[in-house]
Amino acid sequence: MTPNDQRATPLDAPPDIESQMPDAAPDRASQDAPVGATAREIAVSTDRRPVPSELTARAVRLKNVNAYYGDTHAIKGVSLDYAPNQVTAMIGPSGCGKSTLVRCINRMHEEIPGARAEGEVLLDDLDVNGSNVDVVAVRRAIGMVFQKPNPFPTMSIFDNVAAGLRLSGLRGVDMRERVERSLVGAGLWDEVKDRLSQPGVGLSGGQQQRLCIARTIAVEPDVILMDEPCSALDPIATLKIEDLIQELKERYTIVIVTHNMQQAARVADTTAFMLMGELVEHAPTDKIFSNPGDSRTEEYVTGKFG
Amino acid sequence: MSTVAQTRLPRVSPRRRRADTIARGVVLAFTLIAVVPLVLILYFLIKEGLGAWSGDFFTTDPTGRFLGDPGGIRSAILGTIEMVALASVIAVPVGVGVALYLVEYGKVSRFANVVRYFVDVMTGVPSVVFGLFVYIVLVVTKVAGTFAAWKGSVALALLMLPVVTRSAEVVLNLVPNSLREAALALGAPRWKVVFRIVLPTALPGIVTGSLLAVARAAGETAPLLFTAAFVLGANADLSQRMNSLPLQIFNDVGQAQDRLVQRAWGAALTLVLMVLVLTLIARLIQRRSKLAA
Repeated sequence: MTPNDQRATPLDAPPDIESQMPDAAPDRASQDAPVGATAREIAVSTDRRPVPSELTARAVRLKNVNAYYGDTHAIKGVSLDYAPNQVTAMIGPSGCGKSTLVRCINRMHEEIPGARAEGEVLLDDLDVNGSNVDVVAVRRAIGMVFQKPNPFPTMSIFDNVAAGLRLSGLRGVDMRERVERSLVGAGLWDEVKDRLSQPGVGLSGGQQQRLCIARTIAVEPDVILMDEPCSALDPIATLKIEDLIQELKERYTIVIVTHNMQQAARVADTTAFMLMGELVEHAPTDKIFSNPGDSRTEEYVTGKFG
Repeated sequence: MSTVAQTRLPRVSPRRRRADTIARGVVLAFTLIAVVPLVLILYFLIKEGLGAWSGDFFTTDPTGRFLGDPGGIRSAILGTIEMVALASVIAVPVGVGVALYLVEYGKVSRFANVVRYFVDVMTGVPSVVFGLFVYIVLVVTKVAGTFAAWKGSVALALLMLPVVTRSAEVVLNLVPNSLREAALALGAPRWKVVFRIVLPTALPGIVTGSLLAVARAAGETAPLLFTAAFVLGANADLSQRMNSLPLQIFNDVGQAQDRLVQRAWGAALTLVLMVLVLTLIARLIQRRSKLAA
């Protein structure tokens, strides 16, 4: 991945997604083009061979993000940096806005009728809310795994993994190779390699969730958002997903929403604590759980409320 | 423990037992009252209709002769199939399209709600009104001739449209939102989410609803009465007048000859069987559907 290999593809061009991010070039500081012009050039990188040492995912920075459901002010001026190749856990009581905040990152928040978001969400230097940024390209670059496993019921295991590629119109990809690599990456290959043509919904809950992770990484995003990915799973399936998260962070920036503080302690490099739509504290996970800077964080992680 | 509980719980009083028996009896009686006419219809249909059936019955057209051989109902069967097929080709795509708009795009917007309301109203419009409408708009104005099979199909399509739309809307609403979100989060454009994820998931239900609408249209007399009119011979030309099973029955029942009335019974049995087959297919597809309602 040298700078010479990198070509830009406009967001609204036919998705020949062989290109890399223009701003992944080392002379990032010298980029003085207007944000809009740069933002048009978000593209999804594809050629990520599993050579972790050379690869760097992208950072996500939130600047004064506000989100609303109708008149309800759900996220109140949150600024937060997600470091590349790190796992960041979002914790907080139900309804504190952690899922909403995460859904603002890949602009899924705006899919809810009456919902809107303000503020900057920067993927490296590009504002995903920019006026001429294609939401489809944003979501290819920022994948998402949901609370309940949601494989497509009409599709086989193979087609489920290939769905992201087909739906987002990626061409010129060796589908078999990519599906296998994604299933290996999601730790599911050995369990399903002999029954790829069977329906995805026939798998167990934990397998379905790993199938959904395979589907997400098949598109080769830079960032993976996980919205309580284990809350519908049993402890063994949960453990598998947590192990997987540790492997995935070598290639992706990961944000995980969780209700389970032990889980945050196990998987996350840094942890952010939210309360009533506000970010209370974001610090290394050790610090959050042993020596939090805010008394409300301490009360929450020691189980005094929430 | 259990003995204590038993002694403390009062027994069911004889009065409540009696009330229960009476209530059961009344409900059962109403059920039987409702079933009696249904059974009688089937009984007479089979008794009278089977007598009319023969090889010639299905392979010859009505002769129209007052005396002698009255002929069979071939043209009526073919006409019904042709006109209902054309009506389905018109109504199903449009109806599913409207449902897709309502569920995926219109949602709770004012326009979508108005459309939804009109679809509901149209569901309740008597079929004769659709016939009258097409008669005034297409037949009286002599658009490409007067009576024509395709005008009958238009009337039938108008009748099917709200039924197809309503049933498709219900099924599309059953597709879990999580699937739409999953596809959107993968970077799929909305139209692909609709056509590659939502529609395939809802397809069995949509087919079922459409088949039921087809079955309903196949049995309608009134929309064809002043649009496709009545004719004896079979033809494949939709711009001509065309016979159909309901109209054949309608005509034959009014005749003074027993043989013609007998033919009406035979045609009625044929029509009921055709509708029954469609309904059975619809049921089978529904049972295989992955969207358990």
